[in-house]
Amino acid sequence: MAEMAMREAYGRALAEFGTENPNVVALDVDTSASTLSSFFAKQFPDRFFNIGIAEPCMVDVAAGLALGGFVPFINGFASILSLRALEQIRTCVCYARTNVKIAASYAGISDFKDGPTHYSITDLANVRALPGMTVIVPADAAEAADWVPIVAEYDGPVYLRISRAGALPVHQPGSPLQVGKARLLREGNDLTIITMGSMTGRCLIAADKLAEKGLSARVLEVHTLKPLDMDMILKCAEETGTVVTAEEHNIIGGLGSAVAEVLGDQLPTPLERVGIRDAFCPTGRDLEKLMDACGLSVDEVVKAAHRALARKK
Amino acid sequence: MSSLTPQRILELEEISRQLRVDSLRFIHRRGSGHPGGALSAAEIMTVLYFHIMRIDPARPDWEDRDRFILSKGHASAVLYAALTRRGFFPVSEMENWGEIDCPHQGHPDRLKTPGVDMTSGLLGHGVAVGSGLALAARLKNLDYRTYVLLGDGESQGGIVWEGAAVAAKYHLANLTCILDCNDVQLDGPVHEVMPMEPWDKKWQAAGWHVLEINGHDILEVVEALRVAAQIHDKPTMVIARTTKGKGVSFMENNSFWHGNVPNADQMKQALTELGEVNHG
Repeated sequence: MAEMAMREAYGRALAEFGTENPNVVALDVDTSASTLSSFFAKQFPDRFFNIGIAEPCMVDVAAGLALGGFVPFINGFASILSLRALEQIRTCVCYARTNVKIAASYAGISDFKDGPTHYSITDLANVRALPGMTVIVPADAAEAADWVPIVAEYDGPVYLRISRAGALPVHQPGSPLQVGKARLLREGNDLTIITMGSMTGRCLIAADKLAEKGLSARVLEVHTLKPLDMDMILKCAEETGTVVTAEEHNIIGGLGSAVAEVLGDQLPTPLERVGIRDAFCPTGRDLEKLMDACGLSVDEVVKAAHRALARKK
Repeated sequence: MSSLTPQRILELEEISRQLRVDSLRFIHRRGSGHPGGALSAAEIMTVLYFHIMRIDPARPDWEDRDRFILSKGHASAVLYAALTRRGFFPVSEMENWGEIDCPHQGHPDRLKTPGVDMTSGLLGHGVAVGSGLALAARLKNLDYRTYVLLGDGESQGGIVWEGAAVAAKYHLANLTCILDCNDVQLDGPVHEVMPMEPWDKKWQAAGWHVLEINGHDILEVVEALRVAAQIHDKPTMVIARTTKGKGVSFMENNSFWHGNVPNADQMKQALTELGEVNHG
């Protein structure tokens, strides 16, 4: 199957679901040709609102539409939504509990040609800390599309993280998905690799490489960063005795931090975290190479696994 | 909408007086709050809640109700006063305002106070959220109107103007905003802290129908809101010239009373000036 960009899969799914649910409306901030909310805009021009380059305003307008009974999907770049519009998201979406769905596109370092201003490597930390927010990070294009109807029908604010690019395909379309329920992608007994988003495919390759060395790595996809599937994480930690996390996000505040919180609180377990090492990543020509250069390579996951195994008691 | 007889004007003026008294009592009892901007908005709130808005205290979630957003959320005392006097919740619930077990928050919370259509507090949100509500009404073919009360200090922030552009782009004639133009903010006069005049030209340039009134004249407030409802191609901004701390001589035009609480003696004087016989 040809690799589709996550944003395209999302955009097509939103347009498709718009037919099913007339209460779904979409907003964008002059980026519909990038986020691909343009599919929805073309099909439902009366239910699409282009707010101009004003992300905080888009959040507030969406909150108003939600108060009026609609299910607004707001579309924009994750970097701006999670930083410039964070107060609006905090106050008018989370605190006021309006049913706004934040489709945060160009997430992580997927906008590799535009560089650090456009990267969102702190968005998960920012939105995860908001009471009342649900945070979902799809692993690939198929999963991004599958989330659209679930997110639309879910009651409450959701942050749906969408990559500009196509991550390594992991899932068949329509595979079972549930908010807050992590998915076991690969069985294993020696360690657990916990991941999400674009790193999921890379972690599966890392598990293959570890298997070549006779090491059995379990791979758990935690697509819902919040609410976190703590039971599953604790179960895996207990059964395998050591954990690696991997994410396309700063090492501070994302998946690795969330897992560290759970393990530290309830079941201290050796943990190695793969992520961006608290630095601004450079501009690149090619996303895969940029990810490799930013500490997100398959090899980094393998090395982290060896470190984790060495610490295992 | 009832006709505005001289008798009716007197009734509404009396309600305004009561809202001022209530606001000060709530703030005094709590030991915190924002008296100045509550007093400047008393006539506006009176006309909205007791004369213009289509609301039903028994059905705070009624889909066809008119909506109101207090964008200047720190003036919560006067909103709570209007809501209790209108019957949305018993005034006894305000006796422990500020305590942890009181449902009514320092700033309005739509999930905790019946009749509050939108949570507010941090400034700047009202026009943009109101635009979303007005868009929703149009999409659903509902004829409710959305009213937003915003402050002049608040309007120094850019998001107010982002919201203004949205309302103009979509010709949201079902949206009426009222600018409580009292020219006083926390640090001093608005025209000194960050001059923003001329308000009328700014809002006209933003694509709005603009009216300018004396915000303490019941008849002028009523007429402006009536005219706004008859404009069919654009949102309306009513620039209401008001006095911060209106009705209490020592509070008027004094930024100290933006967010300070009167002591017992000051409270006594304030209530006397407001014509309140019962000083309890």
